[in-house]
Amino acid sequence: MSASGLILAGLDGDRTWGLHDYVARGGYSALKKIIAEKIPPETIIAELKASSLRGRGGAGFPTGLKWSFMPRSFPGAKYLACNSDEGEPGTFKDRDILRYNPHAVIEGMTIAAYAMGCERGYNYIHGEIFDVYQRFEDALEEARAGGLLGQNILGSDFSFDLFAHHGYGAYICGEETALLESIEGKKGQPRFKPPFPASYGLYGKPTTINNTETFASVPFIINMGGEGFLNLGKPNNGGTKLFSVSGHVNRPGNFEVPMGMPFAELLEMAGGMRGGRKLKAVIPGGSSAPVLPGGVMMDCTMDYDSISKAGSMLGSGAVIVMDETTCMVKALERLSYFYFEESCGQCTPCREGTGWLYRVVHRIEHGLGRPDDLDLLNSVTGNIMGRTICALGDAASMPVQSFIKHFGSEFQYHIENKKCLVPPEVQYQGSQIYVRP
Amino acid sequence: MLEIEIDGKQVTVEDGSTIMDAATKIGAFIPHFCYHKKLSIAASCRMCLVQVEKAPKPLPACATPVTNGMKVWTRSEQAIKAQKGVMEFLLVNHPLDCPICDQGGECQLQDLAVGYGGSQSRYEEEKRVVLNKNLGPLVSTDMTRCINCTRCVRFTTEIAGEMELGQAFRGEHAQIMPFVEKTVDSELSGNIIDLCPVGALTSKPFRFSARTWEMSRRKSISPHDSLGANLIVQVKHDVVKRVLPMENDEINECWLSDKDRFSYEGLNSDDRLTVPMLKQDGAWKQVDWQSALEFAANGLRKAAKENGPAAIGAFASGHSTVEELHLLQKLTRAIGSDNVDFRLRQSDFRADSFRQGAPWLGMPIAEVSALNRLLVIGSFLRKDAPLLAQRVRQAAKRGLHVSAINAVAEEWLLPVKNRALVAPSAIVPMLLQVVSALAAEKGVQVSEHLAMAVPSTVSDEARAIAQSLASGKKVAVWLGNFAVQYEAATEIQLLAQEIARLTDGTFGVIGESANSVGGYLAKALPIVGGLNARQMLEQPRKAYLLLNAEPDLDFADPIAAQAVLSSAPLVVALSAFKSPALLASADVLLPIAPFTETSGTFVNCEGRAQNFNAVARPLGETRPGWKVLRVLGNLLDFDGFDQNDSEAVAAEVLGAEIAPRLSACIAGMAFAYSVQHTDALERVSDVPIYAGDPLVRRAASLQKTRDARAPAVRASSVTLAALGVPSGARVRLKQGAAAAELEIVADDTVAANCVRVAAAHPATAVLGAMCGQISVERV
Repeated sequence: MSASGLILAGLDGDRTWGLHDYVARGGYSALKKIIAEKIPPETIIAELKASSLRGRGGAGFPTGLKWSFMPRSFPGAKYLACNSDEGEPGTFKDRDILRYNPHAVIEGMTIAAYAMGCERGYNYIHGEIFDVYQRFEDALEEARAGGLLGQNILGSDFSFDLFAHHGYGAYICGEETALLESIEGKKGQPRFKPPFPASYGLYGKPTTINNTETFASVPFIINMGGEGFLNLGKPNNGGTKLFSVSGHVNRPGNFEVPMGMPFAELLEMAGGMRGGRKLKAVIPGGSSAPVLPGGVMMDCTMDYDSISKAGSMLGSGAVIVMDETTCMVKALERLSYFYFEESCGQCTPCREGTGWLYRVVHRIEHGLGRPDDLDLLNSVTGNIMGRTICALGDAASMPVQSFIKHFGSEFQYHIENKKCLVPPEVQYQGSQIYVRP
Repeated sequence: MLEIEIDGKQVTVEDGSTIMDAATKIGAFIPHFCYHKKLSIAASCRMCLVQVEKAPKPLPACATPVTNGMKVWTRSEQAIKAQKGVMEFLLVNHPLDCPICDQGGECQLQDLAVGYGGSQSRYEEEKRVVLNKNLGPLVSTDMTRCINCTRCVRFTTEIAGEMELGQAFRGEHAQIMPFVEKTVDSELSGNIIDLCPVGALTSKPFRFSARTWEMSRRKSISPHDSLGANLIVQVKHDVVKRVLPMENDEINECWLSDKDRFSYEGLNSDDRLTVPMLKQDGAWKQVDWQSALEFAANGLRKAAKENGPAAIGAFASGHSTVEELHLLQKLTRAIGSDNVDFRLRQSDFRADSFRQGAPWLGMPIAEVSALNRLLVIGSFLRKDAPLLAQRVRQAAKRGLHVSAINAVAEEWLLPVKNRALVAPSAIVPMLLQVVSALAAEKGVQVSEHLAMAVPSTVSDEARAIAQSLASGKKVAVWLGNFAVQYEAATEIQLLAQEIARLTDGTFGVIGESANSVGGYLAKALPIVGGLNARQMLEQPRKAYLLLNAEPDLDFADPIAAQAVLSSAPLVVALSAFKSPALLASADVLLPIAPFTETSGTFVNCEGRAQNFNAVARPLGETRPGWKVLRVLGNLLDFDGFDQNDSEAVAAEVLGAEIAPRLSACIAGMAFAYSVQHTDALERVSDVPIYAGDPLVRRAASLQKTRDARAPAVRASSVTLAALGVPSGARVRLKQGAAAAELEIVADDTVAANCVRVAAAHPATAVLGAMCGQISVERV
């Protein structure tokens, strides 16, 4: 973890997650300012819009705009939910935010609740990081004890209850409406939209759901102003962003950098390529994002627009780096297996299609590919994409399409020669457990 | 209203409609599996994807709300490509075992695969196998065929009221299953067979016995509860193979209760009486119709001649047709006797001469959905009238507040706002309190004849019920079967009627059997001072006619019925079935047709006369009941027994308009009731759902369900503690001279100081009257 940027700044001490540590870093000053100056909610939303903060969970939807969708005059309960169900292969940023800076999320959510008039919020934390959930519960207790959460926050007439909720590790619960179903105690399955959560969300009430990192950015936006945050990054791509760099690099980890930083610089921060090997491919935004060849990636900057122009997505900012020892068929087989296992099974194309994709890729990898398999894969992904309730069907299809598009010859070689283009001994070298020099 | 264009056709639809609604309106078919008009929208099968102008991708027609000016193409290239894509996915893991599948020929997947499937599969990998589940004796499973449309899950949750099925596991491992070690026990469970668009859920009793195209489909009417569900009876070679719902939105919608659906199994049971039988010197022998009818006619003539016509009595079951009931009373009256009754399980007939008409529901069934307050008194609603309970359940979701007063708090699987759980003897006092509280709430005077009886102090329960009813705009008060069968039925009716008056609501009786209303219209009850069902047992007659009833199971007091009938010199029984008790009581058995083998009419609880034709040839020498009674009339040389068909018989009863003859009200009757406090244990009886009539008692698969388990004695834990008997112990029950040994179990849905002992069951038929004092001692 690099202790730079905004959210990760100052997190290199021994104990950084306590309330007094956060306050020492200037924490809760944004909330105190809002309460003391009675800043109107509209002003906060306007600052968010000015900051050009885009959702950090993957879809990149402008946060200020999302907040403005909440019906202001709705009678009765409105809810706020934080999506910390970080299950996308390659993504591990929210875990570190919650582990080392939980109060930034609490403060961000409290400000959001103030801005949207929510009386209750839930932080849905991935089930497989139970220690993080426990730490978040402790942080909530501290905040409540400090008058920063609960009834009459900081002596004002603003009240907000925030609760932690841990899932059981299903990837699909990171889909916002499946997350709501799961909080309600039901099986985590996405809902058909419309209606959208802003009108019919948790328990049928207006609900806003944001990613952990999005909420954690909010206090900084209030403190430095929307303009100041925007200027850290690029136009339409405001602020700093956490990138979880993993794979064949020397120093994998989370790096918070200004939006628009060249990929080459980010790769340098992550210690460069392991063993000085050649960069082969990069998945720039978590496993759902289309893979890009190394060469294309080296010309990109790390922001929504640049990556999108190159044919992929910034997604959650999970950068998976693959060097020349990687067999792309095997890599895809692993990814396809993930989506096959994580499809919720609700709607037909994804339930039946993800298994089909995995089995065909598995067959190719194991020397049983057939000449028309690549056409078949492209056709099946075409029948899944855009036909499902949620984006998991698309997420399962995009890796398949992009792997075939950019590394089709490697698949062809597999099918024709019943073996891998990358010799087994080279793959073996690349897969050795790596000890940092 | 919104204007949209579908496939080039303009259509105007209401706000909030979906594309599917609009397409249905113009008759455009959009292929679908998970969508069902009576269930919530899942939008998960994705078969109904259609092209919508300006939408970047195809949208599901079932879930996409219409917007003004929307343009939709259901058969464009984009739509067809999406639909074909989904069909391919549906088939990749489907076993394609149509030749050995019971659904073959009536399978939505098979039908749509013809239009949207490929001729050859591109899927050459291994297929998924899903283990079958035990859902009980009615529904058979082949879960590998399941396409996870979740219609069955939504049905149990939304319509049946209890989530008995769910989709467990994720992705390709997803499968529909009941809870661990549980079966689907709902009284509406058979509907999931109709709903299943593939062969995953099929009918266990019907399994492999016929193909859909081999059977004739004939309309009929259910002979069981008072709803009169519309049926399609499927027949092959004159044998009823299966019963399906005939859709009628005003009665059963597209549903059937399991009783309506599976009772056909009793039609061809070994108990069927197929040949006339005569008891000679204590031994039964088969005879021809001529001998049997002459024996019956001569016997009746002789009894009337020797002892006067009043020595003849006639009992009929309310499950008989209007034609049968009419000819039975006509025959009895032609003999000169007024002793005829079809209300065999009732014990209080004091209101008879004050009735304003045939007791009915007081409102059309379809208007239940418009109610916003309902008081149900003395009813096992869910088991006695499953589809009426279903209507109430749906209305409760839309804001209907239900209150209940009964001695048993049966789980209705719907929110009951206020419930007064009182012993049978405390129902009248409770109603008096409700009347008192209601009059106070409304600021209205209680009717004069009740004013003296109404108490000034009112319990919290009564006040809560009164407040609920007082705040209603459309109120109904219903009496259930127990209220009508109870010995203080008259007082209960008078008070219920008063509650309806005070709330400007409707007052009605749910009714026990298919012809509870029809029996009144046919005048199958004493009208000029004759004996009613109870009096005919208290004052034994010399000769009895018995129509469709079994002495041990269809009477309020089975002990008395068996004793009287078996000692009567002559009992002429018209029945579709024979049973030991019938053989012991009767002297001549005339085999008459069950509802599938005769034409006839039932008048349901909303006063709707529904006639039906025979769907199969009578079994053996069986004859339609109305013809047998007509011939008896001919043999006795009575006028008015020359009808050529059942329509002519029905016309004598139903020729005049029915509506003016319907009224649940009693007028001009004094209210004479004094509260009698008793410490004695009281018996509460329900008629178990699959024990109510001779046909359903012989339906083999229904008899294997949980609802058909042998009845235990049920009492609250408070009562058990007072008795000093542990739950699970064997006890001896005593009612007067009658006694039975049964297991007793703790059940806190039973009011204190009561024991619930089911009636109409062989195990309890030795006990006597359905209500009254009972004692319990440990064996």
